[in-house]
This record gives sequence, structure tokens and C-alpha cells, in this order.
Amino acid sequence: MRWKDTEYHGWGRVLTAEGQVARPERASTLAAIAKHSPAPALGRLRSYGDACLNTGGRAIDMTRMDRALSFDPETGVVKVEAGMEIGRLLKLFAPRGWLPPVMPGTGFATVGGGIAMDVHGKNHHGAGSFGCHVDEITLMTPKGEKRITPGRNKDLFAATVGGLGQTGPILSAKVRLLKAKGDVMIVTERRIKDWDAFLSHLDSSDATYTVGWIDATAKGADLGRGILEEAETGGGLVPAAKRGKRVPFDAPGFALSPPVVRAFNAAYWRRVPVAGRTVVKPIDDFFFPLDKIHDWNRLYGKGGFHQFQCVVPVAAADALRGMLERIAGSGLASPLAVLKRMGAGRAGYMSFPMEGYTLAVDFPNGRAAETLVRDLTATTAEAGGRVYFAKDSLCAPESVAAMYPEHGTWLKAVTKADPEAAYATDLVRRLKLREPR
Amino acid sequence: MTTTWIILGGTSTIARAFARQAAQRGDGVLLAGRDMDDLSATASDCGLAGAPVAEAIRFDARDAATFGPIIARARALDGTIGVAVFVGSMPSQDEIDADASLIDGLIADNYGGPARFLTEIAPLLEERGAGTVVGVGSVAGDRGRLGNYVYGSAKAGFHTYLSGLRNRLGRSGVHVMTVKPGTVDTAMTWGMEKLPFLAQPEKIAGDILRGADKKRDVIYTPFIWWPVMTIIRLIPERVFKKMEI
Repeated sequence: MRWKDTEYHGWGRVLTAEGQVARPERASTLAAIAKHSPAPALGRLRSYGDACLNTGGRAIDMTRMDRALSFDPETGVVKVEAGMEIGRLLKLFAPRGWLPPVMPGTGFATVGGGIAMDVHGKNHHGAGSFGCHVDEITLMTPKGEKRITPGRNKDLFAATVGGLGQTGPILSAKVRLLKAKGDVMIVTERRIKDWDAFLSHLDSSDATYTVGWIDATAKGADLGRGILEEAETGGGLVPAAKRGKRVPFDAPGFALSPPVVRAFNAAYWRRVPVAGRTVVKPIDDFFFPLDKIHDWNRLYGKGGFHQFQCVVPVAAADALRGMLERIAGSGLASPLAVLKRMGAGRAGYMSFPMEGYTLAVDFPNGRAAETLVRDLTATTAEAGGRVYFAKDSLCAPESVAAMYPEHGTWLKAVTKADPEAAYATDLVRRLKLREPR
Repeated sequence: MTTTWIILGGTSTIARAFARQAAQRGDGVLLAGRDMDDLSATASDCGLAGAPVAEAIRFDARDAATFGPIIARARALDGTIGVAVFVGSMPSQDEIDADASLIDGLIADNYGGPARFLTEIAPLLEERGAGTVVGVGSVAGDRGRLGNYVYGSAKAGFHTYLSGLRNRLGRSGVHVMTVKPGTVDTAMTWGMEKLPFLAQPEKIAGDILRGADKKRDVIYTPFIWWPVMTIIRLIPERVFKKMEI
């Protein structure tokens, strides 16, 4: 296998890595790499920070191992290679009435990455995280393929799901798809006037898919205003989504300057009529709204951007409100901000989800934004919440124990599976995750 | 009527992209190659993507005994038969210079094996009176370059073979298309330096299917290689022999 010297970065483009990357296309090639040069696996690099980077070391690009290996139409269990994009899984099986059980905000994320980050979606309050729907994972260890299930290998499975790739490359996985009522989404959009209304709507929503867009620039009486989207799958016909557009160059700095964002957000909020509305959308339009604009991260310009995402317990909602106040006061937020109620469903020791509210906000990179994100991270930890490592590039090692109480259990399992820390990534080193607390 | 493609060299990157796109539009695929586990994985994927027939079958360009069973399997299938030849190998010129015996295998993979297979299946195609042969050559076959002229010469031989086969099979309604890809982002080129106009395999696969539908005779893909190679072909040998491109 040839190793390519290359430079690569996460979705936020703030951090980059130089290193050697192999890109196997067959299981036999991956087996040889795993044996002779174990290294962390990479997917489509949709983690924002350094979870998908290994500076100075080697990494295995899994994107060419992207095939559907088997499907049981009775149970909806599909076995796929780790590089399978979740969006392609949707495209393959939606016509048969099955959906990926959990879809993150981008369809370009791979199944392997979805497992390693134990990703969540708009149905988290009901369905739990991605790992809750995985029946079996095949790891490619230096000794060859190792199949693990939540029943037979409880510990290693819980260390692998949400485990940031630290138990080794995933070759393939069996995922239970969800039965869908049809191949379109019926989406009810509602204008929400402020923070309290938002929380009460999120709490009382009984829709299968719920997500809130929040205007992170609105202050005072408008704080927390936004749009609540509640959706169900349905039958019917809509034209297929149009072909995507691409952002051809890095946008100039003023594209996302505060006045532009404020004006955009206000218009976006008013787009939904006061009385609300119900619309029919193609499934991928609802789940992956930004995927139609390829390389949208370039809108933030060359400097890149940060996404801050935290979850706090329900009881700490006031702390989250305080955080939003600080964000709105800073004027640094971009239009991309999401508020959602999470359920308790999680499948790994290091999984992000917990029962509570999750807030995600993008900030163009800069010193003020970094200070703000560090500050928000500290507040999150104090509130008994945690930040999402798939998004993070600024958290400090001292915060890990408070945010991830099962870290010690995870570390024990991971050390057993990978004593030499061959799968360590930049994120793992930055947060000292492979070192005992 | 359903087309089923016999895909020689089914584990290659471009072949996989081609098989997937063919499957998505409802064509059948017989994936022929040596790594049966890998071919089975691609066959499963194609079956789930919509291919009515999706099977893995053994093929070794250097072992003509593997040809007969594939042709027999094709004979048993209804509908139109397509043959798409992606098989090939490209040891570096340096490796060849150090060990000239590599040339035997190289010629078998890129020319001898495919030509013999196509000659053996030609009567079946003529009998059906329809179908398509796609032969994947290379822009490297257009001129003998310092960097890989043995590979290029085998591809050139294959181009000439395809030209003759086109002449023959066209008389029975079977179309033969020669594909000359430039550098493609495959396992073969991964990590190589200085790759001009590097194309993604999905793009090549799409161009091949479109070209075959339109019954094109020779295509360069991506298209930029047509003007590039036209110029390179025009360079007088007197000048070319001193160049390093």
C-alpha cells in the first residue's frame, strides 16, 4: 500500500494536519495496513476540529470502502462498509421504505464516523443515538477482523461507539434501519418568539423529528427567537432535489459580518408566516439542508470557523440561556445555530448525548470567537453538561473528567484494545484522552 | 431490454464506479476478477443499488482457462450483453528496467488476456446481433513516453485490437468503444506525484456510460486529454525523443 504525503483538515478548517494517508479499497488491503502500520481511520472529514487529524503520523482514509454488503428486507438490518455515506444509505433504502435510523446534519458523514462519534439526529429524543441502532461492528485489528456485538462484547462495543476511533478502524457494521411511512417529509414550521416559548415547544413536541433553528443574534425580548421544525415521514410525490451548488472560492471576511448576519437572520425568521405552515420536502432536503451547497465551509473564508456544541441537563436550562445571551451579546454568531431537546439515548462510554438541551452555534474563526467558545465550554462543564468532541477544537484536558464521567471506563477498554495508542489522533493528544486522570 | 455487463477487472477503482452507475440505472453486472471476496462485496452493493443480475465470477487475464465459464454464464443470460474491460496493471518503468520478465505479465494484463477474451466471446456477441464492448486503454498508449513506454505499448496494442474488433463487430450490430482515460484518482495512482488533470473514477464511469449510449468510437476522458494528446501526437519524433513528459 502506498502512503500519500498530504495536508488535510476538518470541516471547520481551523486546524490542519500534515501526514501520510493510505486509502485502501479492499478489505485485504486494509488488513495488511492494520497489521503492519496500525493508524486511526478517517471518513469524509466532517468532524470540525481535530478529531479527524493525525499530525505527523499516519491515517487510513476509509472513503473508498463504501459498499452495502447485505440487507434483510424482513428486519431492515443492513451491513455496510464503514466508508458508506449516510446520505447514500438513505438514497439506497428510502425507495424501499427504510431510513437510516439516525441522520446527522450532513449526509456526507460516513457510517464509520457516525459510530465513532455516536452521532445524533433530529429524532434523538425518541430514537437515541446512531450507536443504539448498531447490531454488530467489525473492527480491523492488527490480528485481523474482529466482530463485536453489544451483547457479547459489551465493554469493547461501548468503547468503540462514540470512541473517537480509539479501538481501531471499523471495517463494516450492521445497522438496523427504521421503517418509514413514505419517501417525503411532512414538515411543520412554526415561528417561535423567544427563549421560554422555544423550550416549552421543544418539551411538548411529540413529533418524530424535531429541530429548532435559533437566531443567535437576537437580544433582549427577542432572545431565543427562532423556527421550530417538526416532521414526520409521509407518502407522496415531490420532484427530486435539484443538483447541488458548490462554493467556488473562499468568501471574503465581510460575508458573515455581524450586520449581514443580523439582517439575514431576521429575514430568515420572517420567512415562516406568523401562523406557521406545513410543507412537503424531499427527505434529504429536510435532513441535509446544507449538503446542497458543496463546500459551504468555504463561506467562512480562509480562516475557517468553530462550531460550539454543548448539551446541558434539563435543570440547567437557565445556564444555557445565559450562554445564548453571551453569544447574542458578542455579535459573533453566524446564521447557523440549532437548539434541540435531547433524549437519554446513547450507546458508548464517551457518547455525547444526554437528556437535556443541546445548542450548536457557528462562529467565524478569530481570537474573540475562541475566547467566547472557551468561556462557553467552561460554563457547560459547570452546568453539568458536555461539549461535543466531533465539533471541538478548543476544549482543555482538565474539563474532560467532569463532562465525561465514564472516561475512566472507556480508557481501560481502549488501552486493552490498543496498548500502544496507535490510533491516537490530534484531539486525543490535545485532551490527553489516552492518559489516566 | 436489460443489458448485463461483463466487467473484466471488476476490483479496479474505475470498474467499481462503472458497475455502481450501471446498476443504478438498472443494468446487470457480472464482476470478473481474482479477489473473489472483494468482487462479492461489489456485487452485493450493485444488487442493492438496482442491478437485476449482480454476480462475482473468477477471471484472470493470465489464465485463459478462466474465460470459458464467464462466456458460458453470459450465454445463459437473456438480453443484451455488454463487455467492459478494465483489467490492467502498471508496474513502474524502473521496476521493469530492473526485471524485464515483468513485461510478460504486463502484456497479458493489458493486452493479451483482454484480446483473447474478447476474441473468444465475439461469436456470442455476433450471434446476439447487439451489445457493446468497452475497452479501457490509456492516453499512455498514444505515444511512447520515457516514463512508462512498456505499459503504453501494451495499451497501444489493445487500442489497435479494439479498432479492428470495432470494424468486425460493427457489421453485426455490436458496438465497440475505445476509452482513453487520463490520470484517474485510483488505488494505482494514489500517492503518485505530479498527476495532471486528475479525474475522479465516477466522472470516468459516467463518461463511459454516456459514450457507450451514444455509440462513440473513441473517447478521451476527461475530454481535456483529447486536445492534449492531439498536440503530443503532433510533436515530431525528432523532437519528442529528447523530451521528458
